[in-house]
Amino acid sequence: MREVSLQRRLRGDKAFKAGTLALSLVATVPLTLILVFIVIRGASSINWQFLTALPKPVGESGGGIANALVGTVLLILIGSLISIPLGVSAGIFLAERGKTRLGSVTRLAVETLMGIPSIVLGIVAYVWVVRPMRGFSALSGGIALAMIMLPVITLATEETLLLIPVSLREAALALGVSYPRTVLRVVLPAGLSGILTGVLLAVARGAGESAPLLFTAFGNPYLTGNILKPMASLPLTIFNYATSPYPEWHALAWGASFVLLVFVLALNLLTKLVSAKWKVQF
Amino acid sequence: MEGAVLEIENLSAGFDGKDVVKGVSLEIPANKVTAIMGPSGCGKTTFIRCINRMHELAANAHVTGTVLLDGEDVYRMNPILLRRRIGMVFQRPNPFPTMSIYDNVIAGYFLNGTHMSKSDRDRVVEETLRRVALWEEVKDSLYRRGTFLSGGQQQRLCIARALAMNPEILLLDEPTSALDPKATAAIEELIAQLKGTVTIVQVTHNIPQAARISDFTAFVHLGELVEFGQTNKLFTVPKDKRTEEYLSGKFG
Repeated sequence: MREVSLQRRLRGDKAFKAGTLALSLVATVPLTLILVFIVIRGASSINWQFLTALPKPVGESGGGIANALVGTVLLILIGSLISIPLGVSAGIFLAERGKTRLGSVTRLAVETLMGIPSIVLGIVAYVWVVRPMRGFSALSGGIALAMIMLPVITLATEETLLLIPVSLREAALALGVSYPRTVLRVVLPAGLSGILTGVLLAVARGAGESAPLLFTAFGNPYLTGNILKPMASLPLTIFNYATSPYPEWHALAWGASFVLLVFVLALNLLTKLVSAKWKVQF
Repeated sequence: MEGAVLEIENLSAGFDGKDVVKGVSLEIPANKVTAIMGPSGCGKTTFIRCINRMHELAANAHVTGTVLLDGEDVYRMNPILLRRRIGMVFQRPNPFPTMSIYDNVIAGYFLNGTHMSKSDRDRVVEETLRRVALWEEVKDSLYRRGTFLSGGQQQRLCIARALAMNPEILLLDEPTSALDPKATAAIEELIAQLKGTVTIVQVTHNIPQAARISDFTAFVHLGELVEFGQTNKLFTVPKDKRTEEYLSGKFG
């Protein structure tokens, strides 16, 4: 065996540590730049009017993104109402019966859905909902978002429930508790923090999507609460304003980006808080 | 046997077609402590899990033979109703982590959707916690999570959870194997106090413990019942050579 001196090994150690540190700093550069840039350009347009007013026609100064804020909230709400019950149920099924044939087919389907580009899901929602209903609508946008959120929630639920110790389940079954009640009242509550984390991540993902909304929710310069009508959303507003030729609209796009960024960051922080606070100790 | 609450005849059970318990026949007397003793991996746990039909929940499990509870074949009963009559405590304490101490005690009722008035709940919780000698220690923290308790207290809470359902039989699967000596002593004392009001079947690989707590002992080796009898007789004049060798520490 070749002798390697301790000195040399320590030097190698230090070089490796320095290397990983340098590379991780490089990895944070893009995020830092994006944050700094959006804050500098966007924060200046934020004021009460920006958040509560509707967009103004070209040439008039001022105007806000109230329609997009309300739209994003409503679209996420529709998406959540569809994807949370479906996703959590599918996750429970995968955790309980994942080894069966139907289980593996389900998992394959969910994992494939996770990998499908969001614009394709938008087209699917267009064909399924927009064409039969003869018009763009918030409902179709919500359905497109639900398809994006569904696999995130399903897989998070499955992973969480698989980590719950068998002993807990046995404790309930040995008390003469039926299988469905054991799953719903013992296993599911014990996994609540993990499931909520999955839901919040799915919401954060859905909130930032623009591609599937292009030909479903479509966008709307007016404030509306009617989910059968076209509806604005933050990502769409950013897209429309940023691709316009007017500098005042560019400023609005930066402001909307800033709001969206804050929203997504807040959701991520909330996720961390939820998983730390509600974590169940076994 | 006179006063047998459980009659087990030719019970075989195992996994993947391989028997872990091989043709065990045994009658368990009512309101006594029966120890199922034997070296690790001899099928003790599988044996008692056949009594409340927990064994069949495992994948690829099989079981043959009969288990009679008060003369009734448990394999013809609804397993859910059976398990309400036979309580079980596991090797590691497993209180429900999302529930308070109070809720853990009445978890059997709550999870089964049995409606109880507040005064009934309070009474069951206090009575049961007094029965397991935990009341004085936890009466001021009833609404804290059960998982905040020490290991020994958690195990007594799990015994309380099983006792609250008023079972005819209590199955204890090495309930002290994860506990320190002091907590173990507390559990043994508790078993001595419970005896007479409930039939206890306890699995143990701890020879002195079987000698201390049980009225009857079954010695199981490699899945077979080697010897069964009154504990003082089995320990002083074992009939089978294997029992003698096990008790004198030649194997196991």
